[in-house]
Formats: sequence, structure tokens, C-alpha cells
Amino acid sequence: MAPDLIARRAPALGKILRWDVLVGVMLVAVFGAGLGTNENFGNSDNIAFALSDLAEIALIALPMTLLVVCGEVDLSVASVLGLSSALTGYLWNAGWTFETIVPFVLVVGAICGLVNGLLVTKLGLPSLAVTIGTMTLYRGLAYVVLGTEAVSEFPQVYSEWATETVPGTAIPYSVALFIVLAIITGLLLHATGLGRSLFAIGNSEDAAFFAGIRVKRIKLILFVVTGFVAAFAGIVFTLRYGSARADNGAGLEMSVIAAVLLGGVDFDGGKGTLGGVIAGVLLIGVLRNLLMLDDVSTEVQAIVTGLLLVISVLAPRLAVLYREGRSRRRAVAEASASG
Amino acid sequence: MTAVTASPTATPPTPPAPIQDKDGLLDKVLRARELTIAAALILLVVATTIANPRFLSAQGVEDIFLNASILTLLAVGQTLVVVTRNIDLSVGSVVGLVAFVTGKLVTDGHSIAFAVIVGLVIGVVCGLVNGLLVSFCRVPALVVTLGMLYVIKGIDYYIAEGQQINAANVPQGLLDLGSGGFLGVPYLPVIAVAIMFIVGYYLRAYPSGREFYAIGSNPEAARLAGVPISKRVLTAYVVNGLLAGVAGVLWLSRFGTVVADNAAGWELTVVSAVVVGGVAIVGGVGTVYGAALGALLLTTIGSVLVVLKVNSFWQDALTGLLLLLAISADRLVSLRVARTLRKRSAARHGS
Repeated sequence: MAPDLIARRAPALGKILRWDVLVGVMLVAVFGAGLGTNENFGNSDNIAFALSDLAEIALIALPMTLLVVCGEVDLSVASVLGLSSALTGYLWNAGWTFETIVPFVLVVGAICGLVNGLLVTKLGLPSLAVTIGTMTLYRGLAYVVLGTEAVSEFPQVYSEWATETVPGTAIPYSVALFIVLAIITGLLLHATGLGRSLFAIGNSEDAAFFAGIRVKRIKLILFVVTGFVAAFAGIVFTLRYGSARADNGAGLEMSVIAAVLLGGVDFDGGKGTLGGVIAGVLLIGVLRNLLMLDDVSTEVQAIVTGLLLVISVLAPRLAVLYREGRSRRRAVAEASASG
Repeated sequence: MTAVTASPTATPPTPPAPIQDKDGLLDKVLRARELTIAAALILLVVATTIANPRFLSAQGVEDIFLNASILTLLAVGQTLVVVTRNIDLSVGSVVGLVAFVTGKLVTDGHSIAFAVIVGLVIGVVCGLVNGLLVSFCRVPALVVTLGMLYVIKGIDYYIAEGQQINAANVPQGLLDLGSGGFLGVPYLPVIAVAIMFIVGYYLRAYPSGREFYAIGSNPEAARLAGVPISKRVLTAYVVNGLLAGVAGVLWLSRFGTVVADNAAGWELTVVSAVVVGGVAIVGGVGTVYGAALGALLLTTIGSVLVVLKVNSFWQDALTGLLLLLAISADRLVSLRVARTLRKRSAARHGS
């Protein structure tokens, strides 16, 4: 589904010019530049830190990719993350054990996703409007649960899980889990009929419906899964910082969407690859880490993220406009030559 | 301009027009969008006043109107954009940037007029950049303005470097604009209402104004009807940017003390106001009056929660809930309208 116009005209060139491949190339280039310019960048401690710093964005980017491929979006993920963090803190204070907190919080996350999904599929509301609403609602609920308190006395055992690396590697446990989930998501999206259905829905919901795809059910499930994963990311976030707060992860939805779009997923749906998204996530992470190591202020980091986001939608669109213009000129030239 | 606006777009090929002329009842239902918000507002005010008579004190009412003014300006601008089936998420950042830069200029001793003009120009430039990217490069508005939100906020923080503007250093003339009034009527609401009526009149009475709705309800039909889509969308963004600039200047004059993250997160409040006010996020439907009522309603709810001593933590949750209720109710009404229309047209063809 993904190959575009260039690919059809000139397969070899098209393979190289695909946006997701370009993002991969950029990633390698920035990584190389990082190794060359900063001696702290390459050490395994820093890489482990940079990777675990990305864990929540990376985890949420997986289901978000599936949602955007089928033409929807969920802006409430960071609020679900905050709510799950607040709940974790509140329940821990109330004396629950972690073994009961985790499933409870995950169920709440799934319910948040279910509410989004039902409003989108049953009422036919635009997911953008719905999730702007639930974004405010869930963040509000997070404050209702925990106020402006911070809960921070979690036992070492649990916090370690979020920061320790798999023995002998620089890969944090949370990232190891991400790798497993990414493989599953990648196979699902690119090697199964369900994955093809998602692209079909993104290209034309009506056509997909008439082709017998259960559009609404698939979307509903995707929203539930997104809520579930966002809640899980909330637990990871809480343990990683050792602090449960209602405002945890504020603004993180922007980074997730930036990563997905940077990875070449078309915001209108129907186009994209998971490999591109992972490259996008890593590129944002590497850039952020480099800027941090070079003591570049957070405001410049924000500018870089914003510009990346604008460029990621602008570049492919300009390429399309350029191709359209060229083929129009060619058609005019041919018409005037024959007539 | 002339050749295009002269084309038969005075009655654009949009759903609202055919619905309005046939049936009085449907007309009422559609108009009820604004009526419902107004009714909710009145109900809220009455109930709160019964619970706490001090709610309707002169000071309380003035505060609500002053607070609602800036939000109204932004909601009016956002309506223009949303009606064309686009969105501008960068307005909060623009307000923050304009408020800070204008404040910085006046405290550095520049004249008020110069500082205000620079502020407005910043707003227009931000709108222009958004508009050019969306209309001519045809990139999704959500993504572009989300990116611009970061970029503009980053620039704001970069300029501010942790400083803040103190009311003591802001010239009294500018502060008077925010808190003063003429014959007891404060300036801010007057400015907001005047701008609302100008934009509202333009959208309703001018062919080019109607084209904003045509673009939002059916871009393809609008294109075929000869509507200059890129130009109108660009106009929507530039006007929205300008109004954000005005809002930024008024923010400074109202509060005096300004830090870099002023108005952060306001883009969502503005979108909420617009959506609560009956402007459909998928474009083509809604008025600036509805959006202004939405802004007033959201502001009033904020004050009510304070007056009734509701824990402020509930405020976000209630705002979100209200937003969801508003868009759901709106959707249910329009589904019912569509069903009625279908039934009627089936009956007519059957007879």
C-alpha cells in the first residue's frame, strides 16, 4: 500500500527516495554526528539513559501508528498517562500492593480508550474533537485523584525495573519490552490481513466497509488498545522518575504524534510503515539527547521538535506538488507539440 | 478577486442554505444551537445566584466579562479557521509571544503605539506562516499548527530567558486599556463585541464570507464553484493571527505582569469554546456569535466553580465533560435533522 507515485515510475529510485528510508538515513547521520562531536554520546550509560528516556513515547507510538494509519488520532494519551500515574500514586498511598495496582490501572486505561472509541464509532464524531475533550477530562480526573501532590516512596524493586538494563547490554527492560511489542505490531501491520484492512480503512472508509471490513469494531479495539498502552506507559513513567504526579507526561501526545508523522505516516491515513515510525521515534530521541548533552536549553529543543514536525509533513507534500507541476508541464508540452 | 467573487457563490452549494429556506421548524432547530447555549448560560447564572447571591455583584459580573473578552477574540478568529475545516493550535503560543514582546518593548521605553504595532505584526506573521503552509502547501492544519505551537513557544521562551514583565514598568496608558472603561463600561468587552460583530457580519452578509462555509462543508464543490480556496483559507489564518495579536496586547494590558508561559495551553480552551459554541470541527457550520457564547459559558463556569467553592481540581474535568456533551449533543441534533430531511424528501418523491 505504501509505495507512492515515484515508486511506480522508477522502482530503484523510488526505494531510495521513500520518506521513511530518508528518516532512517537522517537517523544514522545524526547518530554519526553525535559520536563525532560529543565524547559522552557513545558511552553505554548515555545510550541506556537516552533509550529509557524514550520508552513511553516509543510504546505509545505503536498503537498510535495503527490509529493514524486508519485515519484517526488520539490526543488524550498523555492525559491517560497522567491519570494512570496519579492512580498508581493514590492507590499506593492507600495501601494497595503493586500486583493489584497494575491490573487496575491498566483496566482504567482501557476504559479511557473505550470511551474515546465509543464516541468516535457510535456517534460518528471526529476523533480530534473527541480526544481534545477527553484529553482535558482525563487530565482533570488525574488532578481530582491526586491533586498537586507527588507520591514518591516506591520500593526499589519496582523502580529498578524501569531503569535497569538487560544484563550485559545497554537496553533497559522497558525498551526490551518495546522491541518485542514493536515486532508484534510490525508483523500485524505489514504481514496480516488485519494490517491490510487498516490501510484500506485509511484510504477509504466507505470502500473498506463495502469490502466487508468491520471498520467500527476495528477502530474501537484500536482506541481501547491505545488507552491500555498509554496507561502502561504511565506506570513505566511513574517508576522511572520514582514519582507519581497528576501532571506527568504533560504535552507528551505532541511528541508521540511528531514521531509518528516524522516516520512518514500520512495524517490523512492509508500510508506509512512501522519501520519509519521507529526511525522517527529514535531520531527525536537522539536529537533530544544530543541537545541535552550539549546543554542546549529546552526552548531550543522545543523549536527543533516543532520544526521537525513541520518539515515532516511539508517535505513529502512539496515533493508531490513538484511532481504534479512537472507532469502538468509535460502534458502541456506534449499537447502543444502534437497540436 | 472581482471575477471570482462575482461567480454565483452568493448562495453557496452548502447544506445550511437548502435546510433554512424550506422549513420553519428545522430552521429553529438549527438556530437553537445558539439558543441552547444561551439558555444553559442563563440557567447556570440563575442557579448559582440562588446558591450564592454575591455571584451577581457588579464586580463579579465585570470580572467575568473582562476574562471572557480575550477568550472571545480568540474564539472569533478560531471560528473563521474551523469553519473552513482547518484548525489553529498555535494561538496560545502566539498570545504568549505577543504579550511578552509588547511588554518588553514598552518596559524598555519604546512608545506604546510602536510596541502594539509590533505585537500585531507578530500575530499577523504567525498567521501568515500557518496560512501559507496550510493553504498553498496543502499540509494538514493540525500537524502544521502543532509544530508551530512548539516553534513559537520556543521562540517566546528563548526571548524571555526566564525574565518577567512587571506591571509596575508597564505604562499606565496601556494598563488603563485593560482595567479602565468609558462611562463605567470597560473597554475590553467593547472591543471583543465590536470585533465579533464585524467578523459575524462579514461572514453572513458578504459573498466572500459565505465562501468560508462553502469551503468547509464541501471543498470539492467549492472548488468547482470557483471559490478561491487557498486565498480564503489564508485570510482565515491571517485574521486569526491578527486577533491573537490583539488578544496578546490586551492580555498585557489586563494583567500587566507577564511571563513566558502566559496563555500556554489556551489553544485547547479556545477550541473548546468554539466547539461548545456549536461550530462543527469538521467545518462548514457555526457562527462567531455561538463561539463567543461558548467563550462566555466556559468563563462563567470557571467563576461558578470558584463561587461555589468547588475544588479547583474539578475544573478541567468538568470542562472536558462539557466539551464532550456539547459535541455529542450537536452530533445527535444534526443526525436527527438529516433523518428528518431524508424522510421528507422520500415522502415528496413518493407522492
